[in-house]
Amino acid sequence: MAKEKDPNAPGSIPPNENGNKHALRRREFVKLVGGTGVAATAQVLAGRQLATAATTTVPDEAVGSGKVIGPGPVPMTLRINGEAKRVTLEPRVTLLDALRNHLDLTGAKKVCDRGTCGACTVIVNKKPVYSCSVLAIEVADRDGKPGAEIRTIEGLAPEGKLHPVSASFVENDAQQCGFCTPGFVMSCTAYLETHHNPTIEEVKQALGGNLCRCGTYMGVRNAVVQAAMSMKGGRA
Amino acid sequence: MADYHWPPTDKCNLIGRRIARLDGPWKSSGRIKYSYDMNRPNMLHAKMVFSPYAHAKVVSIDTSAAEKMPGVKAIDIITEPGKEVFWAGHEVAAVAAETEEQARDAARRVQVRYEKLPHLVSDVEPSKAGEHTKQLAEQTDGNPDQALQQAEVTSEGEYGVPVITHCCLETHGQVAEWDGDNLTVYASTQNVSGIPGEFVRAKIADSADKVRVLTPVMGGGFGSKFGADTWGLACARLAKKTGRPVKLMLERDQELMAAGARPSMYAKVKVGAKRDGTLTGWQSESWGTGGPDAQGGAPSIPYVVRIPDRRIRHTTVLTNIGPARAWRAPNHPQMCLITMSALDDLAAKLGMDPVEMLQKNIDMTGQLSKTYSAELEKAAELMDWKKKWHPRGDKTPGSIKRGLGVSIHTWGGRGHDSNCNCVIQPDGSLSASLGSQDLGTGTRTVIGIVTAETMGLPLEAVKVNIGDSKYPADGASGGSTTVGGVSSSTRRAATAALNQLLEKVAPSLNAKPEELEAVDGKIRVIGNPSRAISWKQACAKLGTTPITGVGQRSNDLISSGVGGAQMAEVSVDTETGQVYVDKLVAVQDCGLIIDLKTAESQVYGACIMGITYSLFEHKIMDEQTGRCLNADMEFYKLAGIGDFGEIVVHMMTGSGFDERGVIGLGEPPVISPGAAISNAVANAIGVRVPTLPLTPDKVLGALEKGAVA
Repeated sequence: MAKEKDPNAPGSIPPNENGNKHALRRREFVKLVGGTGVAATAQVLAGRQLATAATTTVPDEAVGSGKVIGPGPVPMTLRINGEAKRVTLEPRVTLLDALRNHLDLTGAKKVCDRGTCGACTVIVNKKPVYSCSVLAIEVADRDGKPGAEIRTIEGLAPEGKLHPVSASFVENDAQQCGFCTPGFVMSCTAYLETHHNPTIEEVKQALGGNLCRCGTYMGVRNAVVQAAMSMKGGRA
Repeated sequence: MADYHWPPTDKCNLIGRRIARLDGPWKSSGRIKYSYDMNRPNMLHAKMVFSPYAHAKVVSIDTSAAEKMPGVKAIDIITEPGKEVFWAGHEVAAVAAETEEQARDAARRVQVRYEKLPHLVSDVEPSKAGEHTKQLAEQTDGNPDQALQQAEVTSEGEYGVPVITHCCLETHGQVAEWDGDNLTVYASTQNVSGIPGEFVRAKIADSADKVRVLTPVMGGGFGSKFGADTWGLACARLAKKTGRPVKLMLERDQELMAAGARPSMYAKVKVGAKRDGTLTGWQSESWGTGGPDAQGGAPSIPYVVRIPDRRIRHTTVLTNIGPARAWRAPNHPQMCLITMSALDDLAAKLGMDPVEMLQKNIDMTGQLSKTYSAELEKAAELMDWKKKWHPRGDKTPGSIKRGLGVSIHTWGGRGHDSNCNCVIQPDGSLSASLGSQDLGTGTRTVIGIVTAETMGLPLEAVKVNIGDSKYPADGASGGSTTVGGVSSSTRRAATAALNQLLEKVAPSLNAKPEELEAVDGKIRVIGNPSRAISWKQACAKLGTTPITGVGQRSNDLISSGVGGAQMAEVSVDTETGQVYVDKLVAVQDCGLIIDLKTAESQVYGACIMGITYSLFEHKIMDEQTGRCLNADMEFYKLAGIGDFGEIVVHMMTGSGFDERGVIGLGEPPVISPGAAISNAVANAIGVRVPTLPLTPDKVLGALEKGAVA
């Protein structure tokens, strides 16, 4: 079922440039625009789909070897911010926990841990993804082929420098406590890389999968529009 | 004794301007480490074991199976057998293991036997709560019976606000690490200076000066993060037992079940007026729950509009919903919703514009009456109220009904105790150090601005040191008390440091210290800019000894007591019951504003938080099991970026406001949205939806009831 799915459909992990599809989708990414109610429903649906996928699919590393992967830690390679990172993780470890607990990349935040709030957003093969809802092993190297290209907020700009989106968030005070901010910045970055002239209404749709408690949305709306202009300026 | 005052606003380079927050780049680059992000060498992860029952006695705890689980290093018992737990989510034990996954697995294997006891989680009907109610004293002013009897018009209604949670995005928790008998706690707290003592009282640390709390940034508190909490103490004990750093952050479900709830408040109100709208009498029978303990006293209603003849009776319902914690502007949003809804219903009965009714009775608001009057006028202008307002019930055809609502509020906001050390180094570097914390409100930036303004330097010249209990003690950040506290102590410390510098520099400029000023990066003779030396040259005269200016909060730079008026415009779909806030106007005073940008952000944020509790938030309890049914973020809903329309913020500044000094701002703007939005919905659909949140089911229910009546 999962193998036939349109790889670009919402709810799927997009293929990387080598066309490597990752079939195991135990905590499948759900990222839908619009209200949280829609996302909540979709999460339930995805959960059902997963149950099927998990019993019928095994990681390619195990295929043919007759070897069962896990439940203990297994070595794997993750491609993060252009670097191959070797880690040894239980197969159940989410991409979010792999980043935060094993690679000290703590920009992606753990907030709902259930595909609702977007604080853990990273960019996987150019699409924004809730990293709490992807297993690290799903996006790791497999079968000698490189895994997904994962970008975290730490990869947006070198330390001490600000990506145009981050700078725009500062300028427009699109952050208070800041705990949701990296997720917003990543969603916004992924969006602006493919949408160059968003209207405020489109921004509301695009960032509908990220939640803030302090109520920084007014600043975020302005920040996205301003960042769009500065990113366009950079390309021209 | 130096004279402490704020510079005139027209002379300010920084104070009152829109200045980007200092910690902005740290946050939006994802580089800054919150408590949740601390990965200390060799660190263990801990998870909580908590009660699944709303009320039970812990009979026994068997940790033997959990101890044998892979990676487990230590288990800490929080609630000993024999003791009771009072809510589902009550802390029982904590387990530390090598990985987060292992800790979670092992926590599930801790076998706790409970003896279930009767529970109560419903707060809507105090008469059914029996022994769980606590009657608070009745309070009567004037002669309400006579006033209501003689009133030409009376209105009766029932209004209420349910229990909601704080839902901080960074859950409660910390990393604890020992070095000998010194404890470092990386805590997500609103109370950096206040927490060390808790570890001593709990007999975990020998003395408070051996406990260091570090909180450079924190992911939201809203009143729920003042204490070390049971999990903080357990974390420190686990770290001690294992000799390794331990991270213990609550998981989302427990955060919503146990780590913060705002008390509910419901009321049956009768209010009377003369036919011209003059309010004459008030009577209310109110109740609410703050969890298992009685919280606070009777509400102060009618809120802001102090109708002279009034009687209030209040009952507290003791429930097993989880402990109440201060929630941004404790009690005020509830009192505001009840009062402003009742007044709005009365105005509707009189066929009167509610803004006119408030203006008519503005003297009852007391000493801020002129402020309220001006704020209502400004808000009406920004809302285009006069043109848009219609009597109750939108009579235009179609299923989408539009309406307007208004509310006013108040808050104190006097600065808390605060101490600042301002240090000028011979190399010209400058720092301000306080044991305060920045919750995301802009505290760090305010301290920087005040220091830089005092020294005539750019903001970048100041290093602000906060979020560390080794700095001079500062108050907890609650009740909008921080900005007044830190701005006052910082201004005094910076002035004291500057005065010492001027004394050192004066001889070289052939002037007396009092003839000098610090402006534009120079120390110069007042009125003679040519007799000047640069800041660096001035500091070089210190030789090898830095200057420390010490400042303590005092009342001369701050004040308290603000108003605020808000107006909401809503669209209600009478077929689906969906409410959409098209526009919210917030007009707010807070004395002298230090940073206009972060001040406005506070108000925008409060409006959005207000829209959220008005439309979505409700901690839903199951009466059978006593459990919270929506302890997650799918079903405990927060508004998203597209869930509302326009927000217009206007800060009252200039004459009449600036000279009052600095007053806190965090709480006041979060008070009125509930009332303004509820009133707007009533204005749109012609009937009152009695309780928040204004969810589709309740809107449709009110419409149905209204149609029958």
